[in-house]
Amino acid sequence: MGAAPILRMRGISKSFHGTQVLHDVNLEIMPGEIHGIVGENGAGKSTLMNILFGMDVIHSTGGYEGSLEIAGKPVDIKSPLQAMEHGIGMVHQEFMLLPSYSVAENIKLNREVLKPNLVSRLFGSGLQSLDYERMYRDARRALGRLNVGIDEFAPIAGLPVGYMQFTEIARELDKENLRILVFDEPTAVLGESEAAHLLKAIQEIAAEGIAVLFITHRLSEIMEVCHNITVLRDGRVVATRKKNETNVLELAELMVGRSMQFNTNSKRQVQRGKPILEVKDFKVDMPGEQVRSVDLTVYQGEILGIGGLAGQGKIGIANGIMGLFPASGEVKINGEPLELNNSQAAIAAGLAFVSEDRRGVGLLLDASIELNIASGAMFGHGKFLKTWGPFSQTDRRAIRENALKYIKQLGVRCTGPTQKVRQLSGGNQQKVCIARALTMNPKILLVSEPTRGIDVGAKQVVLDLLRELNEELGMTIVVTSSELAELRSICSRIAIITDGQVAGILRPDDSDVNFGLLMAGQPIEKGA
Amino acid sequence: MAFNSFLKRIDLARLIIAAFFVFLCITAVALRLNLAELITSSLSRIGMWSVLVLAMLPAIVSGIGPNFGVSLGIICGLLGGLTALELAYRLDEIVQFSPGILFLMAILFSLPFALLVGVGYGWLLNRVKGSEMMIATYVGFSIVSIMKLAWVFLPFTNPEMAWPIGRGVRVQVALGNRGLAQLLNNFLAIRIGEVVIPTGLLLSGALCALLVWFFMRSQTGMAMAAAGSNPRFAQAAGISVDRQRIIGTVLSTVLGAVGILIYSQSYGFLQLYEGPMFMPFVAVAAILIGGASVSKANITHVVVGTILFLGIQVVAVPVANAFTADWSSMGEISRKIIQNGVILYALTQAGGE
Repeated sequence: MGAAPILRMRGISKSFHGTQVLHDVNLEIMPGEIHGIVGENGAGKSTLMNILFGMDVIHSTGGYEGSLEIAGKPVDIKSPLQAMEHGIGMVHQEFMLLPSYSVAENIKLNREVLKPNLVSRLFGSGLQSLDYERMYRDARRALGRLNVGIDEFAPIAGLPVGYMQFTEIARELDKENLRILVFDEPTAVLGESEAAHLLKAIQEIAAEGIAVLFITHRLSEIMEVCHNITVLRDGRVVATRKKNETNVLELAELMVGRSMQFNTNSKRQVQRGKPILEVKDFKVDMPGEQVRSVDLTVYQGEILGIGGLAGQGKIGIANGIMGLFPASGEVKINGEPLELNNSQAAIAAGLAFVSEDRRGVGLLLDASIELNIASGAMFGHGKFLKTWGPFSQTDRRAIRENALKYIKQLGVRCTGPTQKVRQLSGGNQQKVCIARALTMNPKILLVSEPTRGIDVGAKQVVLDLLRELNEELGMTIVVTSSELAELRSICSRIAIITDGQVAGILRPDDSDVNFGLLMAGQPIEKGA
Repeated sequence: MAFNSFLKRIDLARLIIAAFFVFLCITAVALRLNLAELITSSLSRIGMWSVLVLAMLPAIVSGIGPNFGVSLGIICGLLGGLTALELAYRLDEIVQFSPGILFLMAILFSLPFALLVGVGYGWLLNRVKGSEMMIATYVGFSIVSIMKLAWVFLPFTNPEMAWPIGRGVRVQVALGNRGLAQLLNNFLAIRIGEVVIPTGLLLSGALCALLVWFFMRSQTGMAMAAAGSNPRFAQAAGISVDRQRIIGTVLSTVLGAVGILIYSQSYGFLQLYEGPMFMPFVAVAAILIGGASVSKANITHVVVGTILFLGIQVVAVPVANAFTADWSSMGEISRKIIQNGVILYALTQAGGE
């Protein structure tokens, strides 16, 4: 091409508290280019963007390594305001709009066109009046560039989401020095026709010479609009491809990749028992993890994995079954229908849940280890109590013995059974959560994000533990996890959830391509 | 570092209050005040308030925070007391109740009121999660004002409690006539020189504390504590958080009712009208001084807090008066400063851990 890149990121590395999240990332974008960035959750996409915008999370944790150049000049962006001054704009996933203000007022928010009046002449420019005529004209022009017929006088409240999205984009376009525009999962909240319109608008914006960074996990959209595509995995650029040199299959494979050595469970003879948990047309209203319609059968004695990208609804399934978020549909345990939206019924039916929100839902942080371990069985099944008619007292000795047993069995590192759970490390807290679930002697163990936020060594211990429980005690386990590799290392089948539905069920030794396609919302051919 | 964590464990605020108490006691000795009298009245005041302070415990543990609306329970207790006196008066021709029986009747009659009011009050507090303390304060103020009307119109006929002319119940109803005054204080009371230990009073406080302690170790008590300290955890464990909060509120209201009867027998009068208005603040301040926070409390906090705060109250008045002879309300003023200062301090610490 010959022209100079408008944005060049060189050798960007970043670590948070000793965990390296970006390794030597290089990125170049020409003016007028649409550059796609794809990657799984945690691949480093948002950290990279935070660096570009000079967000506080970056600088308060020791900054980053590497260099940024905009239009050939090295820059050091320390705050979002500076990023704006350099002509970098962003369309957020969550809308940053004031609902009671008009479209035009939102577009011009904090950049209002002002005109002096009598009061402002006397008391200073802070009291100047708004020049509504010019504001509406500017807003009209920005919206016109997007080809949308939004009424600039209309208040934001009550507009369809698509229009809100376009208002956000118009706000960025209205900034005169805009040179680079970042879209972070812009189509996630849009319907099909709105998404198509948006993609077209993106192409028109790029045609004006603005560089566009397009972050998404919808590979078909990437293939539709991007000129070049960068694939991130575990904080590294694994590939940069020209659009016409690649295809969806290759991108899917690059995105998932095998980042970690693991043994799949495939060699194990999976003996399928009878169905123990059947879920039909299951819907859960969990904010950010909506389950729209899930059909799933879990067989006695298996480990079923539930995977998928964040926000697609995988987390909602177990939470819905346990009655923690409003759910509807049909759930059967051993053929018996389970009363929904009733935690007590779920526990009585023999379910135990290790929550993904360990500190929020899973534990009483200021209570002792022994009490935490006993609590599930005590509240759910009335264990660890001595009762005399209507009166009961906790059975301290039984609680202590049970805690000592699990502390030894699971290797919980602690000063003793009376230590407060708050003082334990993430891995040991997780062991306490699992011990608590095991004390309930469940028919089915639901485990969500078992290794989130715990160190590598403890991860392996937790996974091995789940596998042992399954192999030695024949316990049926449903594991929900964002880490595909860990699902593939312990599960006999893995259901991938996309858009609140089961996109498909795969074997752990299925190809990376198939996993990538399902997670990206693409169908795969039958017989895989 | 080590010193800091040591300080944290002791809690600076409590250290200052305890030091102040010690300072007051030393000053009292230095001023040659009547120690026997101070100790005697300290003990009886500690006993008087013990159950009212205890009433804060189930409220805090169940998650509704310090019960600024314990005036509801207090009023239920007063109603029970008045009902017992009225019944005794109407049955005077037939049977004479011994003071002990009469006292138990007062408690018994206050229970239905307290249970009913507690359930309704708990239901209300479940509707205003997050601002329980403010709502409770205003519920307390409102009910005291409403009851000012009710005391006038309630159909009590016992001349011991009615105004001599006109209608309605007196501001203070004397308990001495039926032998209720000092009933518990004198039970097994021990005299050591000039010091009197109100054994029965202290024992009844201890008995209530023991019952609450047993309750906290029962399944319901454990569930209540779980619901209070982490509602989401409790829900996931199959506990109905709203139900546990209502149980906590009822328990607090019942303890308030029993507490005021124990208080009143020692004081010798049932105090109506304005009487219950500011009592909750004393109880709240006491448990907070004892080391509780708005979300965490245990029996130790109740015991330590009652002794410290009410001890200060008793000792501070004569000490302050000795210094400011012309300004006799100094003791009362310093008590108010400590009481409200401690409540303010605890509220700023809410959720600070």
